Amino acid sequence: MTLNVGLPLLVLAMPLVSFVLLAIVGPLRRTGRGAGLVSIAAIATSCAAAVFVWTQGFVAERTWSWIPADGGPVATVGVLVDSISNAMLVLVTLVSLLVQIYSLAYLGDERPAALGRYYTYQSLFVFSMLGLVLAPGFLQMFIFWELVGLCSYLLIGFWYERPAAARAAVKAFWITKLGDVGFIVGIVLLWSATGTFEFTELFEKAQANALAVPGLAAIMCLIYLGAVGKSAQFPLHVWLPDAMEGPTPVSALIHAATMVTAGVYMVTRTEPLFALVPGVLTLIAWVGAFTALLAATMACVEGDIKRVLAYSTVSQLGYMMAAAGSGAAPAGFLHLLTHGLFKALLFLAAGAVIHAVGTNDIFRMGGLFRAMPQTAIVFVVGTLALAGVPPLAGFFSKEAVLGGVWEAHLTGPFLMLALTALLTAFYMFRVVFVTFFGRAHAGGHPHEAPWAMRGPLWLLAALTLVVGIRLAMHGVEAAEEAPPGWLPPFSVGLALAGGALAWAMYQRGAIDPARVSAVLAPLDYLARRRYGLDALYAGLYRGIILGFSRLIGWIDRYFVDGILNALTALTLRAGDALRHIQSGRAQDYVYGVAFGVLLLFVWAQLWR
Amino acid sequence: MIGLSSYLVLAALVFSIGLFGVLTRRNAVGILLGIELMLNAVNINLVAFARYNGDLTGLIFTLFTISITVAEVAVGLAIVIAIFRVRRTVEADRLDLLRG
Repeated sequence: MTLNVGLPLLVLAMPLVSFVLLAIVGPLRRTGRGAGLVSIAAIATSCAAAVFVWTQGFVAERTWSWIPADGGPVATVGVLVDSISNAMLVLVTLVSLLVQIYSLAYLGDERPAALGRYYTYQSLFVFSMLGLVLAPGFLQMFIFWELVGLCSYLLIGFWYERPAAARAAVKAFWITKLGDVGFIVGIVLLWSATGTFEFTELFEKAQANALAVPGLAAIMCLIYLGAVGKSAQFPLHVWLPDAMEGPTPVSALIHAATMVTAGVYMVTRTEPLFALVPGVLTLIAWVGAFTALLAATMACVEGDIKRVLAYSTVSQLGYMMAAAGSGAAPAGFLHLLTHGLFKALLFLAAGAVIHAVGTNDIFRMGGLFRAMPQTAIVFVVGTLALAGVPPLAGFFSKEAVLGGVWEAHLTGPFLMLALTALLTAFYMFRVVFVTFFGRAHAGGHPHEAPWAMRGPLWLLAALTLVVGIRLAMHGVEAAEEAPPGWLPPFSVGLALAGGALAWAMYQRGAIDPARVSAVLAPLDYLARRRYGLDALYAGLYRGIILGFSRLIGWIDRYFVDGILNALTALTLRAGDALRHIQSGRAQDYVYGVAFGVLLLFVWAQLWR
Repeated sequence: MIGLSSYLVLAALVFSIGLFGVLTRRNAVGILLGIELMLNAVNINLVAFARYNGDLTGLIFTLFTISITVAEVAVGLAIVIAIFRVRRTVEADRLDLLRG
């Protein structure tokens, strides 16, 4: 069967149809569950089409001119379908489908109107994300980039009555915007230097060495800044942990599996351009590795189960970026895909736990294995995948990343990433032991989640396993040269060591956590305070922005308004003084007229 | 034969007296009388010039002026009465609604 470009377009169009339907038809949206079913039906169609396109290995590019001009259109819109976008389409539609099904149960207690709103945003998000994935050029990518940012804002602030959620939404919006400004400036500079937004054209120029643009390194740095904001790289990572104020399915979809990986996807997509500026690539690798390590240390001291996962996401995004920066973009992309699966799994499982016990604090959970064994099992599967234990998916992609970084002779980032692998296993098993195995806490009767929630969990767990086995059987295609032989035992050893440490500290009690934190007091102090970065941003915001606005306010109030007030006061005084001329007696006016006429006569006599 | 200038001086005198009356009279009726004097000064001027120039237009114009003056006085007195009914006074000094 011959495929045409219509099928990828169908994938893109279904969520849009659902969004428009839900947005325009108010009564349908207010049914809540009905809206959810519409959205799920659309995304299911989308997902089936995406899987079909992916299995056929369809490759195509089709563009339509958008801003026509003499000598070719200024900008085009269209779809670029290749192996990267195909895989991404499947990931996005699949995780969205599972998350939307899950949400039906997780958010079942919401008011119908709120649930309808949720599904409207979800549809818009899926459409935007798919548009971003399929974008054939920077301009279209930027537009959808902003749209997913908007959806992220709307969904973080879904419970907008809660001040923390509203603040987190605004924070996420502002901080990612900071990166986006760099992104758009970079895009426009690149366009003014090359005259095109199209990836294909840019890559051809890059291949032919015709892209010797002055300041290309700076331009690529600016474009990378967009990825820093979106993919929560240091120093713009502070928004992601706060984004956990949103509903858990949103965290799973947007802030773990799809939107935050947009930065990595963009760097992967435009890898030929980044390859022209090795300096920027090295920077990306270092920043990525540093982000990974920094976030991992913060995850180790966090007590909120969702925030642990959020820091873990930041950390894994650092992994992907480090791979992309080491010239091993395929490895990073593979990690993106596998991470999307098992991190969504972890988040949804965490959501099931939170749903059952009604708190985010892992130290108020405990012994949940007996109450909800299924959730515990899938959570452990996700944990093992994240820690990098074979034969689960995370092991192979993580090893590919480490191999890529090692091959690029970036010893510093490699060591940071290796330490991160150890810490990853540690903090994840810490959560597992404390939440599922520790002493049970009194109060409440936690129970398994309904099937609408467990189904997606089992499916994701199975996929994590299947993808891992598939990778084990076929080998990692991403790696161009085989990584050194000592690497797999090394990374497994790190994972096991981290797990063992967590077991010793939180399960056996052989090592007292309080004493460890006492020994590492300065680090513990810093990590608990998020290395002061949030405080720094808050301080900067208060100091600079609020100070500046106070200054402007002062000038407005006392200088600009002062001039106006002086003028009005003058006018009032003058009017007050002149008022007395108006006696109101007609005779006085006649007197004035007569006197004036007399003066005119005299004047006429004298100056004739 | 009395010259033109005598008429003009008379007219100027009558006009000035009328203006003085308008400016100084406190009673509204007195002010109306002053206005009458000023208008009649104009009439004297018109007649004098008509005679001097041998042009009848001035005389005819004077007839019009007189009749219009009558109408004006009628309206003026009506206003004065209306004011009196509202304010219980026709003293010009106290009619100062327009005072700023």
